[in-house]
Amino acid sequence: MTRLTAWFSEGRSTGKHTLPFVVILLSVTILASAANLFLPVDSIFYVSTYTITLLGKYLCYAMLALAVDIIWGYCGILSLGHGAFFALGGYAMGMYLMRQIGDRGVYGNPLLPDFMVFLDWKELPWFWLGMDQFWFAMLMAVVVPGFLAFVFGWLAFRSRVTGVYLSIMTQALTYALLLAFFRNEMGFGGNNGLTDFKEILGFNLQADSTRVALFLITAILLAVIFVVSQKILSSRLGKVVLAIRDSESRSRFIGYRTDRYKVWLFVYSAVIAGIAGALYVPQVGIINPGEFSPINSIEMVIWVAVGGRGTLIGAVIGALLVNYAKTRFTAIMPDAWLFALGAMFVLVTLYLPKGLMGLYGQLKAKRNTVMNKESQA
Amino acid sequence: MRRITLRHCIALCCCLFGLFSLSTHAAESVSLDPLLAELGEAKIKDMEPILVRIEAVSDETVLPLLRTLLNGNLYYIKAEKKVIGQFETNGETYYKDVFTDEINAGIDKRDVDKIRVNNNLRGYLRNAIARIQLTSKSPSVRENAVRELLSKLDGSTVAVLEGLYPNETNKKVKDAMGLALAMNTASQTELAASNRIAAIEKLSSSLENDVRNLLTTLTRDDNTAVVSAANIALEKIAQRANRFAFVDQLFFGLSLGSVLLLASIGLAITFGVMGVINMAHGEMIMLGAYTTYVVQMMMPNYIDYSIWVAIPAAFLVSGLMGVLIERLVICRLHGRPLETLLATFGISLILQQLVRTIFSPLNRQVSTPSWMSGSWEINPVLSLTLNRLYILAFALLVFIVLVIVLKKTPLGLNVRAVSQNRNMAKAMGVKTNWVDAMTFGLGSGIAGIAGVALSQLTNVGPNLGQAYIIDSFMVVVFGGVGNLLGTLVAAFTLGIATKFLEPTTGAVLAAILVLVFIILFIQKRPKGLFPQKGRAAE
Repeated sequence: MTRLTAWFSEGRSTGKHTLPFVVILLSVTILASAANLFLPVDSIFYVSTYTITLLGKYLCYAMLALAVDIIWGYCGILSLGHGAFFALGGYAMGMYLMRQIGDRGVYGNPLLPDFMVFLDWKELPWFWLGMDQFWFAMLMAVVVPGFLAFVFGWLAFRSRVTGVYLSIMTQALTYALLLAFFRNEMGFGGNNGLTDFKEILGFNLQADSTRVALFLITAILLAVIFVVSQKILSSRLGKVVLAIRDSESRSRFIGYRTDRYKVWLFVYSAVIAGIAGALYVPQVGIINPGEFSPINSIEMVIWVAVGGRGTLIGAVIGALLVNYAKTRFTAIMPDAWLFALGAMFVLVTLYLPKGLMGLYGQLKAKRNTVMNKESQA
Repeated sequence: MRRITLRHCIALCCCLFGLFSLSTHAAESVSLDPLLAELGEAKIKDMEPILVRIEAVSDETVLPLLRTLLNGNLYYIKAEKKVIGQFETNGETYYKDVFTDEINAGIDKRDVDKIRVNNNLRGYLRNAIARIQLTSKSPSVRENAVRELLSKLDGSTVAVLEGLYPNETNKKVKDAMGLALAMNTASQTELAASNRIAAIEKLSSSLENDVRNLLTTLTRDDNTAVVSAANIALEKIAQRANRFAFVDQLFFGLSLGSVLLLASIGLAITFGVMGVINMAHGEMIMLGAYTTYVVQMMMPNYIDYSIWVAIPAAFLVSGLMGVLIERLVICRLHGRPLETLLATFGISLILQQLVRTIFSPLNRQVSTPSWMSGSWEINPVLSLTLNRLYILAFALLVFIVLVIVLKKTPLGLNVRAVSQNRNMAKAMGVKTNWVDAMTFGLGSGIAGIAGVALSQLTNVGPNLGQAYIIDSFMVVVFGGVGNLLGTLVAAFTLGIATKFLEPTTGAVLAAILVLVFIILFIQKRPKGLFPQKGRAAE
């Protein structure tokens, strides 16, 4: 047990939240799942399936926030295009789920999804081949975002595009993909995207048990990714990444190939975003080009900023808090949400540069200075 | 020929006729009224001779009658032996005199009989109207009449044209008549082949659709010499048409380029010169467009002049908003570009939602001043819309003014000093805070002016700015940050490239290709087309 604790807490200060985080995350998810499956509906501790799905969605967002935080908080690369990787992962899962519908679609075509029949296509495009195999689709959910990130990152970091330039380039990337996926000719369902899913691996997607299982899988994967990322970032590689964030040219002069570190971290982050997207789609039941829109990608950044960048736990907390606020706000005062979101962007950058996780440190520092002054006086 | 001038001419003619009509109509009605009564009583097959007689005794004043009859709206009042027009507005039927436009309220549906026409008569009426117009006093009316006749030449119209051709003094009208006669000669199979070929050669210099249709039919002619001449002529026309299509595409490219230039020129100052990344730039454009809308709402009777009020108003509104944002937010985030990006993005969300709350999320219609609407028709295949032409000129004007402000005024000197070396400028006594606020206000104000121009081209809605923000950043980055000339070149390059890609790839794919091209270009040349040199480049 102590060895386990030690392993979790390795990397000192940055890793001190890991064990409590994993314990709380898993116990809450298991309790909520049990409350949904085993308690009667009228019990006060009963958790509705709607809530379970909502929580599952939040955990996907948290995973996505981790992905953004890993490259922004730890490496200083502000990506405004992470929604693209998320959506690509989602589309891979969506294609698999689409193929699982089989002949139960409106047109009853055993091979072609409904929208292709509607467009009068005769055969499956090449990129849809193999997507009926779960393992292949999941491989694509990881490989496609990873490959895109690799190509983009390799080009960008090698020619030393940094700072706001890179941010705008990533935004243009997701915008270009948004335009492309809106086209019917692309073969991804155009404007409507992919929806009307029936089952995953033979389990009915509407069933409570499937929902709970997806929720649990999301939680476990989030925990695994959290721990692995913590390990990576507290390793030697992580130290180099931090050095690149704080002074890239100095790290380069010391002899590190900073572009390679950045590319691989970018790919790692994109893969996490892809996994989050693949987990997100079966839970919400739809994927459409709207996920590529630049505003989605920039919203992810604010989750991390609110929680506190440079701390993995901060990213998760930020994603959960902001999305909970969004759910509440859009239900009560739909118009006010964008005001609140906008104000959050401004206020957090102005007054909470380190987010909520930094707030504690800020307050402590303030109290210390006050106490110091008092003791001097 | 501009449509406006044409409209003015028609209006002028109408006035003149109006002056005459009192006297001439009184004189004429003596001879016309019995004929009209006869027309009302006649059966369809007997009507054509009566119409011939009507045409023979009258001039342009009879046109309204013939037009009403052509549309099947002419009715006959049996009791009074008079004709009257039936008109309809908003589902209500009413009757009025076709000559004087006087509404006759005392007439009921039961009092009148419709004067029916068949296809044969309609064909005759159309030609008769054209023949009467051919003798009009206004050259433009005459020319239009000839052009309308091109598609429906027959023996009688050709005879009229042949009679008028030698005496015609206006060159344009004469050319059009010559064209019509050549078309007639070319299509007469009984004429000698050499005459027809000469006529076809004459036709090859025209771009009219009807000429092309005729030549296409002639390629199936029995005479092989005529067929080859027609083919050569068609090819020649196709070449010319292609050249004009190219000019047309170029114009649309320039037009898109001018829109991009307007949208990005303010950004070239805030982002390019100051180095502040302002994601709310698009919303400054949107504010300008909404200012135009509000100004028009406030002076609904002076739409034509409202734009002259809207331009300074939009500059002030967006400019003041820019100064406010700079003082409240951006100046506190100095030297932290990524944080500035996020904060200004938040501001853009707030401004969008604010507009949505005040003006509703629906698009607002901004009307175009009459002097900006219409088009400049150079020839049958090439016409340039006036509003795009004005906006192109306006974009260049704004650009030149901006360059002058930056190069020749004290403010410009300070701006350049601060952007080159902030600390040194401060040491020399430049109030850097004040200069920052003014520069940002200037950039935002120009974005507001861009909004005025854009409101003439697209719908004014809360998302107006979003549509342009990515494009404008692309333009500034592509052109090279801190270089106004680069922004100009980049805007027009991207505009023209997009428009020339569109026919082969479609609009969406063209936009994607251009984005991908810029992404790749920036990898190769991170500092854009015209990189800054010397100390300013870090």
